[in-house]
Amino acid sequence: MLRPTMSEAIVELKGAVKEYVNGSLRVTAMRGVDLRIDRGEYAVIMGASGSGKSTCLNILGCLDRLSAGTYLLGGQDVSDLDDDELSEIRSRRLGFIFQSYNLIPQLNVLENIEVPLFYQGVPESQARVRAEKLAKRMGLQSRLKHKPMELSGGQQQRVAIARSLVCDPILMLADEPTGNLDSKTGHEILELIDELHDEGKTIVMVTHDDELAGRAQRVVRFLDGEIISNEWSGAPKA
Amino acid sequence: MISMRPERMVKLAFKNLSQYKLRAGLTMLGIIFGVCSVVAMLSVGEGANQEIQEKIQRMGSQNILLKSVKVPQDENRGSGRSSMVASYGLTYEDAERLARFVPNLVASTAMKVLRYDVSFKARRLQTDVIATTPWYLNVQNYRMVRGRFLTSADMEFGSPVCVIGTRLARLLFAGFDPVGKTVSIGGDAYTVVGIVGDIAQQEVPSGTQLWLDGENQNVYIPLRTYLQKRGDLFMEWADGGGTFEKIELHELILTIDKQENVVRAVDAARRVLKKHHPKEDYSIVVPLELIRQARETRRLFNIVLGSIAAISLIVGGIGIMNIMLATVSERTREIGIRRALGARRTDIVLQFLMETLLLSISGGVIGLIFGAIIPLVITASTDVKTVLTFPAFAVAFSVSVTVSVVFGIYPARRAAMMDPIDALRHE
Repeated sequence: MLRPTMSEAIVELKGAVKEYVNGSLRVTAMRGVDLRIDRGEYAVIMGASGSGKSTCLNILGCLDRLSAGTYLLGGQDVSDLDDDELSEIRSRRLGFIFQSYNLIPQLNVLENIEVPLFYQGVPESQARVRAEKLAKRMGLQSRLKHKPMELSGGQQQRVAIARSLVCDPILMLADEPTGNLDSKTGHEILELIDELHDEGKTIVMVTHDDELAGRAQRVVRFLDGEIISNEWSGAPKA
Repeated sequence: MISMRPERMVKLAFKNLSQYKLRAGLTMLGIIFGVCSVVAMLSVGEGANQEIQEKIQRMGSQNILLKSVKVPQDENRGSGRSSMVASYGLTYEDAERLARFVPNLVASTAMKVLRYDVSFKARRLQTDVIATTPWYLNVQNYRMVRGRFLTSADMEFGSPVCVIGTRLARLLFAGFDPVGKTVSIGGDAYTVVGIVGDIAQQEVPSGTQLWLDGENQNVYIPLRTYLQKRGDLFMEWADGGGTFEKIELHELILTIDKQENVVRAVDAARRVLKKHHPKEDYSIVVPLELIRQARETRRLFNIVLGSIAAISLIVGGIGIMNIMLATVSERTREIGIRRALGARRTDIVLQFLMETLLLSISGGVIGLIFGAIIPLVITASTDVKTVLTFPAFAVAFSVSVTVSVVFGIYPARRAAMMDPIDALRHE
């Protein structure tokens, strides 16, 4: 394994175990996973469904807690935080991009981008300035007052990306961000993500598309709740 | 940690509600009807209550009212002679005995109430003539408008003077100053020395039903003067023949020093009268007892009203809970998104509670407005008196808001307790 020498770990999973109790059935989704992702990395997590990659993403996104092991996010141990503290971490340190965009239908573009700031108590005027700036950057300046339903899939995903950036997160998590898009629009979104990476964002993306894996510097493959390969490639872009 | 700003929460709640205008409107309807009916019922009830209370209060809570009552004289049916003069009711002897045996008695006011034609110049009016003593003014809480009331000197000398009510003064003396004029009462001349108003007239400013009821159309003359002129026999012409009635006292008002002594005095008065009247040709009215009864009735009324109000407000609350549960499950995805983006459970609870609160407050306000209009319409279109009171508004409003919020807690908590991962996957 080739490990580029990088300084600061953003994600550090040590012996991470996640078990679910599903009725009388006990499911182990992660069996002692060790994973380190450094600042500025662009990692893709791959694996078949049920391999544990989604569980891993939920853990990384602080939406779920480990059954055993530790998770350090930006050097802070978040394994034992309570629900409110995890919410705070999500709002201040993480950015989410989902396959189905997950915009709030009754809010317009700007308001959707502002949602994370809303929960940090950022004053409305300040939030508005930041949201407008990001919306412009995403090429949405003519759509600021539109509702998600009035936008194309690609535009909706741009709103979602803008929203994930609004708190200036230390880690961006993308779950099949191009899954619902045609290949042309999908490419545009991937270019955008590459751009963010070039700016120094740390990105973790879950996909089962091998083509996407080619764009990342690093590919982590899951099988049955364990990491079976963890490769660095020299060329980040296809 | 800084949380959401309240003004933004209100804004958000408003935005969310405006998404479902019809639904929000229908939910509010439940609260509107609840609040509106409670306010309307309370104001009608309060109006009825005040009317009764005023009437009773005017009789005086320290007074005991004794009245002569005509009873059918069965044993005299056969003999024509004795039926010529019907003699019944309270006597001067009764008055003396009562004055001696009723404890804590302050004053005993005797009255004869008879109907006579009263005329001044060409105007003639049939009205009640009350022959009584000077103390009468104190017992009835009447106020003099002009001149003076009957005095003990009038009694002493049997002076032919009278005091008239304001209404009579207006009807009979239109254009003249009644004081000093002479009127004819059943053919006898009396000089008007004063005009007496009713207490209610001065305290109820505008022309309600009560005011007309309370306006005074009576003539008051000294009891002594009347007895000297007419005696105790009263002849009434009816059906072509005359009947004589002998009633010494039509009414006797006993005034007791304190309210708490009234009950004991009533018992004594009952005993005294029972002993000397083989037939119950008198009635005893105790305003204090009536007040107590009215209070008791009102208490019952309030309990019934309270139950109806509680039921209607609970139904409204259940309506809110129902709608909020539907809203929460419809917006599961939104809740997941918000949680993923950093909303705490408390933020979610507050978001939904704020929507409930907004619904119930606006529903409550609209309900109050209608609740205030309905009694006004009732009073305007019928003679029913209604009174809008602040407590009615406050109770209806605060109870409805409280109930709504209590019923809103469960849906809001349910929303907050959802697992964000499941919520995000929800279609």
